[in-house]
Amino acid sequence: MRPILMKGHERPLTFLKYNREGDLLFSCAKDHNPTVWFADNGERLGTYRGHNGAVWCCDVSRDSMLLITASADQSVKLWNVQTGAQLYTFSFNSPARSVDFSVGDKFAVITTDPFMGVTSAINVKNIADDPSQQSGESMLTITGPTGRINRAVWGPLNKTIISAGEDSVIRIWDSETGKLLKESDPEVGHKKPITSLTKSADGSHFLTGSLDKSAKLWDTRNLTLIKTYATERPVNAVTMSPLLDHVVLGGGQDASSVTTTDHRAGKFEAKFYDKVLQEEIGGVKGHFGPINALAFNPDGESFSSGGEDGYVRLHHFDPDYFNIKI
Amino acid sequence: MYVDKSAKPSKMRWGELDEDDGEDLDFLLPPKQVIGPDDNGIKKVIEYKFNDDGNKIKITTTTRVRKLAKARLSKRAVERRNWPKFGDAVHEDVGSRLTMVSTEEILLERPRAPGTKAEESKIAGDNLAQLGKGGAVLMVCRTCGKKGDHWTSRCPYKDLAQPIETYIDKPAATEKAMAASGATEAAYVPPSKRAGAERTSGSDMRRRNEENSVRVTNLSEDTREPDLLELFRTFGPVSRVYVAIDQKTGVSRGFGFVNFVSKEDAERAINKLNGYGYDNLILRVEWATPRSN
Repeated sequence: MRPILMKGHERPLTFLKYNREGDLLFSCAKDHNPTVWFADNGERLGTYRGHNGAVWCCDVSRDSMLLITASADQSVKLWNVQTGAQLYTFSFNSPARSVDFSVGDKFAVITTDPFMGVTSAINVKNIADDPSQQSGESMLTITGPTGRINRAVWGPLNKTIISAGEDSVIRIWDSETGKLLKESDPEVGHKKPITSLTKSADGSHFLTGSLDKSAKLWDTRNLTLIKTYATERPVNAVTMSPLLDHVVLGGGQDASSVTTTDHRAGKFEAKFYDKVLQEEIGGVKGHFGPINALAFNPDGESFSSGGEDGYVRLHHFDPDYFNIKI
Repeated sequence: MYVDKSAKPSKMRWGELDEDDGEDLDFLLPPKQVIGPDDNGIKKVIEYKFNDDGNKIKITTTTRVRKLAKARLSKRAVERRNWPKFGDAVHEDVGSRLTMVSTEEILLERPRAPGTKAEESKIAGDNLAQLGKGGAVLMVCRTCGKKGDHWTSRCPYKDLAQPIETYIDKPAATEKAMAASGATEAAYVPPSKRAGAERTSGSDMRRRNEENSVRVTNLSEDTREPDLLELFRTFGPVSRVYVAIDQKTGVSRGFGFVNFVSKEDAERAINKLNGYGYDNLILRVEWATPRSN
């Protein structure tokens, strides 16, 4: 396959997200402008100007009309996807790390970093149908985990919130009361900070990637470990194919040591594993730095990766990918 | 796509269709008519033209319009396709080249090509089988010393014998170490030479190690065993790769050995790689021991 290279960002990529139909790709980077691209040919549709810091995460509503972005400028913004207009700004007193719309797009869960004596927190906000009626009130604020909470997503039927972060523990919270329901077993769980968390297409299980050089597949309901995928470098990004039983891990050595070692030592490929057999299927090379973000198109026929090198690489699979046998 | 083109007269050629022959009489013709596409997807286009002789002709083009199954885009997505650019993308000129298609063909690289491993082991197995047939002497049990009866791993006396030492793999290093330490009393004595060692000596194994052994000299310091294996495995199954490392400094001494399962492969490797430029150095590849024949 010949990947499409998109060089719209001037700083390392942080997050990638497809909309529901898979025709738009949203990219976030440490430069201040989240960008939207056409996912078929990689043409840039527009940028969302207004943030004043690195943008860590984004999510798009089911109807692809509303975009929410979390930024290190201590704000979370709502945008009109079509025009790039800012609709609302949630202000926090510490950098926002991750956002996720609930099923139905009525709520958003936002995590904020520990900063200047403020502890990290998970905030649940109400998202109004009409942006002019939007309020900044938090419906629920959960604190407790130490260190950054790198990702928080909604569980099935919006009843729970799943969070993971620097303390390498995965927690499931009640989204009504904020009560801690479950914690991952430290025996089998990650040993180092969890960098990424991706739900499966149906939400029945989710995948976490960690700096302990492994990715783990968990059951959403009872938080039992299903599978472990071992690799030889820290995992920064994970994703799952919605079509085949494949998981993709991205990562690489620390960005700080990239220039001091041979490029072959970096291992900046996106590694494909069989979800069930835990066996490596192959790798897709291309980035000049660690992979920070991965996303699968909802149709399962293409995926994109974003790297520390500032490039988004959009890969449309060759037909023989769909017949791979191990 | 099914295209039925019935032109009257049928002498019309494509090159002449759009040709203007000086006098423009097109305004005299009836306008172009498009019928359909109907329920069956049949579309008719009726056009009128003048031919070379100045006669009016009617061209009926019938096409069947078929929707491609692939074009299953949602209506919303098609709408979005026509959204105007915004933000920084508005003033984007075509030459800005933000989006490029990689010039490089990137493949999903398999950790090993499917089937290769199985094949390799099959070849190796064949070779061993052939060797076994040729001279049973090759099958010497290292535990009990019995010839041609069983392999070492199948030895019935395995449990009775002392544990097999695993250093025989690196005779070169052992030799060097011995030579370096000279005649000091505390010189290292390989377990097979120690008092109480029952087995005759490692001569059988030694011979086996020198079988099809290729010496590679003038290696760069960075070359390690996996690199050598990578380089030599293309010629055939390799049974052993060894790079001499200085015990004190941990730096490569610049030479190594590669053993091939078959002699032909070794010969090909020597022919091909002797004088080959590797890591800015010219490799010297030769038989590890002067051939007796």
